[in-house]
Amino acid sequence: MIRVEGLSKTFAGGFQALKDVDLTIRRGEIFALLGPNGAGKTTLISVICGLVNASRGRVLVDDHDNVRDYRAARRLIGLVPQELTNEAFTTVWDTVSFSRGLFGKPGDPAHIERVLRALTLWDKRHNRLLELSGGMKRRVLIAKALSHEPQVLFLDEPTAGVDVELRREMWEVVRALRAEGVTIILTTHYIEEAEEMADRIGVIRAGEIVLVEEKHALMRKLGSKELTLHLHEPLDSVPPALAGHALALAEEGHALVYTYDATSEQDGSSISGLLADLEAVGLRVKDLHTRQSSLEDIFVSLVRERR
Amino acid sequence: MSIKNLNLQSVKTLYLAEMARSLRTVLQSIVSPVISTSLYFVVFGAAIGTRISEVDGVSYGAFIVPGLIMLMLLTQSVSNASFGIFFPRFSGSIYEILSAPMSYVEIVLGYVGAAATKSLILGAIVLVTARLFVPYSIDHPAMMVLFLVLTAVTFSLLGFIIGIWADGFEKLQLVPLLVITPLTFLGGTFYSIDMLPPFWQAVTLANPVVYLVSGFRWSFYGISDVSPLVSLAMILLFLGAALAVVAWIFKTGYRLKP
Repeated sequence: MIRVEGLSKTFAGGFQALKDVDLTIRRGEIFALLGPNGAGKTTLISVICGLVNASRGRVLVDDHDNVRDYRAARRLIGLVPQELTNEAFTTVWDTVSFSRGLFGKPGDPAHIERVLRALTLWDKRHNRLLELSGGMKRRVLIAKALSHEPQVLFLDEPTAGVDVELRREMWEVVRALRAEGVTIILTTHYIEEAEEMADRIGVIRAGEIVLVEEKHALMRKLGSKELTLHLHEPLDSVPPALAGHALALAEEGHALVYTYDATSEQDGSSISGLLADLEAVGLRVKDLHTRQSSLEDIFVSLVRERR
Repeated sequence: MSIKNLNLQSVKTLYLAEMARSLRTVLQSIVSPVISTSLYFVVFGAAIGTRISEVDGVSYGAFIVPGLIMLMLLTQSVSNASFGIFFPRFSGSIYEILSAPMSYVEIVLGYVGAAATKSLILGAIVLVTARLFVPYSIDHPAMMVLFLVLTAVTFSLLGFIIGIWADGFEKLQLVPLLVITPLTFLGGTFYSIDMLPPFWQAVTLANPVVYLVSGFRWSFYGISDVSPLVSLAMILLFLGAALAVVAWIFKTGYRLKP
């Protein structure tokens, strides 16, 4: 649906925000762009949506070049910006209808009503924007972006500063849109958001796409597991006989934590090996549990690793 | 680009939204300029004007009508258009305009068209209001309308440029207060430049507003400081210059698109 090819952006001050970015977004997927602050997420979105000129490279939206054929490209795109920017004195209904007209579509009150109802804004349609709460304002921005029936929706940090309940609601809205066939690209700090929502995840760091992967594959691939063994008797240190295993003491000597890679071949044997060695040393295990690393752990290790 | 390719729905939407904005602030955008201009008519036209001798055979009260309308037209065009584009830049809602499938021509048509329309409505109201205080005649109505329209469009373009250039409210006010108003007062609104000593007459001719006021006044009474054709040529020159700057702004993305 979107192809980004060799995209670079250097701002007037000399800051290079994007370095030779290649990215393909598939039709109908939810793509999460993850990255620390200042990584270039917003710049990338801004270039695709036509808010920032690229220094090099090109962007195709459904095969329309977003510079040469900007009208066709932009008609397909809805953008929900990160900041709550609104004309304070207009009403919800007016501002959403305005957005539709601005994108060259004739008025369609039935569509606007559908959008407002889906975002539970219908009761507020006659309110002026300055009377709305922050969460409501963000929903208005989403309604504006959906007003012209885009095929691709960009959500730049959609749930920043939104309470938990509203965030869940927002996720429902996004899922419903995907069900209608809208392609969704969201940037986020909240890893749980990407974990919860995305089909594929891209990680961007210092202007470079570090990785693009199916979410499940990513978690499988990079997901190290932890096995925690709770001991009957506390230890002062890891016994020398067990030094061959990647073990660490935890809970003041009451537990041993074993970190392993669930996908690698010898793992099964290494766990049985560990258990056998524990037996040999005479350590008695009271309880054990394993934990799969979350996307957050993966992300943190990924960003740290490349630094 | 031909008219057929214009995205009229987008232009109309932007234009109407801008017009609606000034209707929301009708006191500030319509009532206040009309009242302040009318005060000039009362004071200089009806009150003091009767004690001032005629200028070029026109009573003083009537003599200042075209200049005062010009003064209002210039300041309102500049402030309407500059605020219109500055506010969305300031609030950030400009993202929507820039990401819309609109060409630069369409964006300018929407903003500048609305600003110029507002000024023209104001001009018409003031013209009618002036009649209550001062009797005047219009010798060349078609030329008067032409001058009015060209000036409103040109100075709305100037306002648009200022609204893009300004990076704060102070700069937004700077040009209207420090440039437009002095130039208008010194541009022959209240006097014929013949009344000035020769040296200052020459200096005055460097003031662009002189040509606007002179041409506009000619359309009323057939009297002018410079030939009306020169006035027309000057307005067209300003218009061309303003269009060139706007074209440059969009070409380079100056302050709009990094």
